Amino acid sequence: MTETLLALEGLTKAYPGVVANRNVSFSIGRGEIHALLGENGAGKSTLVKTIYGLVKPDSGSMILNGATFAPADPGAARRAGVAMVFQHFSLFDAMTVAENIVLGMDIPPSPRAIAGEVKRVSHLYGLPLDPDRIVGDLSAGERQRVEIIRCLLQDPKLLIMDEPTSVLTPQEVDILFTTLRKLSAEGTAILYISHKLGEIAALCDTATVLRQGQVVGTCDPRQTAPREMAELMVGTVLQSPVRATRPEGPILLALRSLTAPAPQQFGTALKGIDLIVRGGEVVGIGGVAGNGQDELVAALSGEMSVDDGMVLLADVPVGRAPVNARRAAGLLCGPEERLGHAAAPDMTLTENALMTGVARKELANHGFLRWPAARDFAKEIIAAFDVRTPGPENTARSLSGGNLQKFVIGREIMQDPKVLVVNQPTWGVDAAAAAAIRQALLTLADQGVAVVVISQDLDELMEVSDRFCALTDGRLSPSRPARGLTVDEIGMMLGGAHDLEAPHLGASGSTDERLASHMKQDTRP
Amino acid sequence: MIVLEKRPQPSRGWSYAAPVLAVVLTMVVGGILFAALGKNPVTVIRTIFLDPLFSEFAWFYRPQLLIKGAPLVLIAIGLSFGFRAGIWNIGAEGQYIIGALCGAGVGLAFYPMETRLVFPLMILAGAFGGWVWAMIPGVLKVKFGTNEILVSLMLVYVAESLLAAMALGPMKNPEGMGFPGSRNLAQYPSAANLELFAGTGMHWGVVFALIAVIFAYIALAKHTFGFHVRLAGQAPRAARFAGVNPGRLILICMGLSGALAGMAGLFEVAGPAGQVTIDFNVGYGFTAIIVAFLGRLHPVGILLAGGLMALTYIGGGIAQSNLGLPAAAISLLQGMLLFFLLAVDVLTHYRVRFAARKVA
Repeated sequence: MTETLLALEGLTKAYPGVVANRNVSFSIGRGEIHALLGENGAGKSTLVKTIYGLVKPDSGSMILNGATFAPADPGAARRAGVAMVFQHFSLFDAMTVAENIVLGMDIPPSPRAIAGEVKRVSHLYGLPLDPDRIVGDLSAGERQRVEIIRCLLQDPKLLIMDEPTSVLTPQEVDILFTTLRKLSAEGTAILYISHKLGEIAALCDTATVLRQGQVVGTCDPRQTAPREMAELMVGTVLQSPVRATRPEGPILLALRSLTAPAPQQFGTALKGIDLIVRGGEVVGIGGVAGNGQDELVAALSGEMSVDDGMVLLADVPVGRAPVNARRAAGLLCGPEERLGHAAAPDMTLTENALMTGVARKELANHGFLRWPAARDFAKEIIAAFDVRTPGPENTARSLSGGNLQKFVIGREIMQDPKVLVVNQPTWGVDAAAAAAIRQALLTLADQGVAVVVISQDLDELMEVSDRFCALTDGRLSPSRPARGLTVDEIGMMLGGAHDLEAPHLGASGSTDERLASHMKQDTRP
Repeated sequence: MIVLEKRPQPSRGWSYAAPVLAVVLTMVVGGILFAALGKNPVTVIRTIFLDPLFSEFAWFYRPQLLIKGAPLVLIAIGLSFGFRAGIWNIGAEGQYIIGALCGAGVGLAFYPMETRLVFPLMILAGAFGGWVWAMIPGVLKVKFGTNEILVSLMLVYVAESLLAAMALGPMKNPEGMGFPGSRNLAQYPSAANLELFAGTGMHWGVVFALIAVIFAYIALAKHTFGFHVRLAGQAPRAARFAGVNPGRLILICMGLSGALAGMAGLFEVAGPAGQVTIDFNVGYGFTAIIVAFLGRLHPVGILLAGGLMALTYIGGGIAQSNLGLPAAAISLLQGMLLFFLLAVDVLTHYRVRFAARKVA
């Protein structure tokens, strides 16, 4: 390693009831790409906020470039050469790229003066970006570029990136990595926060692993097996999901030209979605969030009413059926947002179990609730899915993300579905809980249930699905067998080039033709 | 530095203690206010809160407690469902007036026929009137997305104008020698909402208020409807996911609160008030909003809060006549009660910490 840029010495930060960082020490070299690994709640955010001047440590010190470094606020950190790209962008949709960049600067020049500079830097680092475009029209990847360029204009010595690839397509990830490597070659150190081990192995020189606020190991990610790092992160031996070959079941869910207008102003319209899911198979639907995922789940769960024949559950049209009628018929859904959609934050787990379980678990008698039965159902879920909570009388809000996710997914699985649709089942969930949830989905498919997994996490989709489709701008690509699908092909599908196998079918191809080609792919050899 | 820290679970203890603390704070700050008005604060507070129950004239005031409390409780119970679901019917006063007009209208139409059917019909008409008046903001909200707060509030003033028109026009007592106001229903046995037991203040409105409390309790604790109402208020998206139809819920909650407010109006016009007059309404519909929140939107809480609010009405009246306190001071006291309750409520959801500012 070259000379040290930033050294952390025994950083400790305690919040009431939890020690976020305990005696954390490590150092980052000049030009090094340093990964910070850890589960949710391991203390990664607190640590980088400390470096960026948003949090003051209770004890410990930092040395930057040989001088004591104790930034009072992010401004001081920026002046010292530390820049940060947050996971959630802080951009104004209605303003241009140049205006947004100027707004973030300590001594702002005029937007016009900055435009040339933006062009130069974006060209230099292979991040094409037009300074005059309105941010609202940019894709997530382009927005991230705005944030990165905003940082690069300050000529930072250390660039902190918090989960930068969660919103990117594989191609965009490649571009980002090229940029980061170039920066590193020029001597800028990068602190890269992620839990995606594949990326870290591809990009980083060193990885520091945090668990429960402490450094539990440092390794060279290119030399260490991803599984080993994951186990270091989680602290236990991970079970990778077991996939059995399953017999082909009957068609349980069929979508026929599912079309629906956008339910809200910033929603996505669904455009002619065709899909067939058989019992015993897992269909993975990939795509960057905001391309119709929420709308598709709403159309399936019954929260959004569509034409009756657009959704067929075991050949019975249910497109108009209300939510609980679909549940009673065996079509269950797990929406993306845990708090506020899949679960009511301030209600107890018993009440949350009742929320969707009322129809299939017979938790009400002529409208009168059977509380003891609901409590038993909640207890069953807690026991079956290892939900860590003192009991069913605790509120949903008091559970950690992973535990609540296990609860809400478990709640649907325990109801014996015929078809289960889940959106982002392991979003923001720690590795152990994610593995448990994926395993539960596969086990369900083994039992002959048709499972649809919608996710942004391609690794997850490749791990669980038998077939893969991409959802872009409300359109669903024809499905392809997941096995043997390369990252490039997935990227093409996500990029909207749908007709990979049938290039002769142009955009003008009739619905019937496309449906025909679709059906051909759906019928397995 | 004082730091507020969100509790993982709302504190059970504080949710019960908060109303009590709010009452105490109201007494303290109210006392300071009365002192500034040049009155002895202890005397005023005692007059308002204790005299109605324990003075030598308490035999006169205690029945008043039921008479004033019943409409407050009846209206507040209806409002509490909507408030829990995030549906803000602010116009209970208007629904109360229309209920009274419809109920009284039926009674006056039957005059002077004596039959047992009249009073039940009047109750139905009262509930129907309130329901219709509440359906206007309800339907407008569901169909056109209008704001139910504004529409229901504005309809109060429409209802007041209608009341004045009725008292001066179609419903004016033909034997009233030109004075505004209808015949006195209390003097028409078939239509009168009289005391069920002499000297207790117990009339049919009190009975219905108690029945409403019991039904509300069962609905909220044991029935799918109550569960959906709570769910819709706490997490609207989760409610849709649980199968709640938001439009239908709005109509049910608005209709329910309107019908109960209308019934309250009928019981008032056929009993304690006796006749339709220009200034028949005295603000029960608005005070019931305070009662609903003071009672934590919980049926039993509302029962207690209704009693307390009735107490301030009666006690305020005594303080006005005996101590010469301005009427506005009493309204202020009632407003303060809600203000402090909402303020103290912070403690239910947050923990207060006194942390020293750390040196970096």
